[in-house]
Amino acid sequence: MANELKAKLEAYTAKVEKSLAKNPERVNLAHNRLYTPLDLGDFDYEAKLGIPGEYPFTRGVQPTMYRGRFWTMRMYAGFSTAEESNKRYRYLLESGGTGLSCAFDLPTQIGYDSDDPISEGEIGKVGVAIDSLRDMEILFDQIDLGKVSTSMTINAPASVLLAMYIAVAEKQGVPADKLNGTIQNDILKEYAARGTYIFPPKPSMRLITNIFEYCSKNVPNWNTISISGYHIREAGSTASQEIAFTIADGIAYCDAAIKAGLKIDDFAGRLSFFWNAHNNVLEEVAKFRASRRVWAKVMKERFGATNPKSWMLRVHTQTAGSMLTAQQPENNVVRVALQTAAAVLGGTQSLHTNSKDEALALPTEASVRVALRTQQIVAYESGLADVVDPLGGSYYVEALTDQIEKECWEYIKKIDDIGGAVVAIEKGYIQKEIQDSAYKWQMDVESKKRIIVGVNQFQIKEEAPEGLLRVDASVGEFQKSKVAKLKAERDNAAVAEKLAALEVACKDEHVNLMPFILDAVRVYATLGEICGVMRKVFGLYQAHTTL
Amino acid sequence: MEKRIRVLVAKPGLDGHDRGAKVVARALRDAGFEVIYTGIRLTPEQIAEAALQEDVDVVAMSLLSGAHNTLFPKVVAVLKEKGAAGKLIIGGGVIPEADIAGLKAAGVSEVFTPGTPTSQIVEYIKANVK
Repeated sequence: MANELKAKLEAYTAKVEKSLAKNPERVNLAHNRLYTPLDLGDFDYEAKLGIPGEYPFTRGVQPTMYRGRFWTMRMYAGFSTAEESNKRYRYLLESGGTGLSCAFDLPTQIGYDSDDPISEGEIGKVGVAIDSLRDMEILFDQIDLGKVSTSMTINAPASVLLAMYIAVAEKQGVPADKLNGTIQNDILKEYAARGTYIFPPKPSMRLITNIFEYCSKNVPNWNTISISGYHIREAGSTASQEIAFTIADGIAYCDAAIKAGLKIDDFAGRLSFFWNAHNNVLEEVAKFRASRRVWAKVMKERFGATNPKSWMLRVHTQTAGSMLTAQQPENNVVRVALQTAAAVLGGTQSLHTNSKDEALALPTEASVRVALRTQQIVAYESGLADVVDPLGGSYYVEALTDQIEKECWEYIKKIDDIGGAVVAIEKGYIQKEIQDSAYKWQMDVESKKRIIVGVNQFQIKEEAPEGLLRVDASVGEFQKSKVAKLKAERDNAAVAEKLAALEVACKDEHVNLMPFILDAVRVYATLGEICGVMRKVFGLYQAHTTL
Repeated sequence: MEKRIRVLVAKPGLDGHDRGAKVVARALRDAGFEVIYTGIRLTPEQIAEAALQEDVDVVAMSLLSGAHNTLFPKVVAVLKEKGAAGKLIIGGGVIPEADIAGLKAAGVSEVFTPGTPTSQIVEYIKANVK
């Protein structure tokens, strides 16, 4: 059978070669012309794919996938003030969104209050400004935290925002063990690709393992980390690099938690991942499938996890912002639809779709609606969600899944040899690999090896787009006045006392900081004050940048 | 031999998205310029200080966070204050078309928005450095 097919393929190739002179193919195509069973070698179905919901989870982490329930449609949103963002959240929930995802502004993400001079110009710009529990109460006003699941894109100060969330829930009468959601809490990719770090790696890793431990006892349904490839890909990595570097980060978190005395099966089931969905649909599907297989093996074979929940790579996905173009932004609707198809065919658990105007500004309400509708159309009308892993068994997709898996293991080995992800990042290895891929991409676009519709081909003369969302500079003033009012009204003696207790706790690395942060948050200590205490004890991370 | 053009590539403010800045920096270096990349999260004062110390001809800033209307003019102002008004100052990133005139009025010579080929930035610098 194999020999017969081989002979037929040789004849086919010879025939094609002859006609190539007359009908040349496009150059620079990345993959083979045709895939057949020969590309899969000794394909062991049980070992490579298995049954959905079972090890190694290549075909998905749930037995029935979207036949029972669609993925969570979780739009990333947040801008300006807590008041404005609360309106957008309620709009998204009323429009059929099934989860919230909070975008915080840069001062919040880096642990500064709105009245800090460093925050000048950035307040409320890329997300909502949160200075204290008071803002958080406004942000979730009339939203039942017992019913909604909330994801928060927060990393360096994740412990503080999680504490604020728990405190708001307390005020609503929702106990912490009823809370559902995710904090991103992934500091390693901040050093590698996104830049909102505060402290050096060691105290950062302590904060993360403190959260793992606290939540395993007190907030059991909370996803304590979302190990993120999204930003690594946005920074320019390839698909294989995206999952390889992220899984290497995941290994580092597990190592740190185990070193801190936790048992793998006590926290591994609450780890989650965050992938990018790029334009190359089938490559992305293969990436999702490969990542589940790699993680399952890492957890079972490397860490000896025995609970099947620990083996599952559950993933939130966001469509690729970097693939959207400022030119002819209407085209982005199509790109997002393809990216959505990739995420759904790849088996994501939750999805954010970007809006068509995001290469220009934050999205308007109307463009967010189209982005959400894109998910709903894929869910209800396309048929892509009707079958579990519909592309499983495609010769091309299986060969590509194998190839991406192989490249992923090669990177993991390299990073192990360097001394793990933390060392690889400190040495700049991961950053360099990402930069090289980003530069290659740009050069491929400029030499037209890679075509971007509307950018380097099919350009038109365009009018400047109208109706973009703008965050007014007055937001900064409003936010500053709220901080001033808060500081005048709260019990400042209580704040000083709780901050002092936190400082003492920071100095003993065996103490879990979460209860101290919660105490400070409850008396309305600000984010900047709490992070200020930690900055004082832990110091600041200094990046070494090389080109 | 003609003196090589020196360019400082910098990211003001708190935005850590530096893919574009690094790609541009590398393209400028490949085009024969001497390039100093400052890394992320710099204040306008730090950028001006670096521009003076490195004695660059060009200050190229990149920003995606929306804080450009505050931070780009501030860098221009601090440079002027420190007596370094003659440098060519350019900016790039996610900058709405409507903001560009204001930035130019504040002293930013040119603004390059997403999709600009790096070769265009190279040509612009060659044509405009005095």
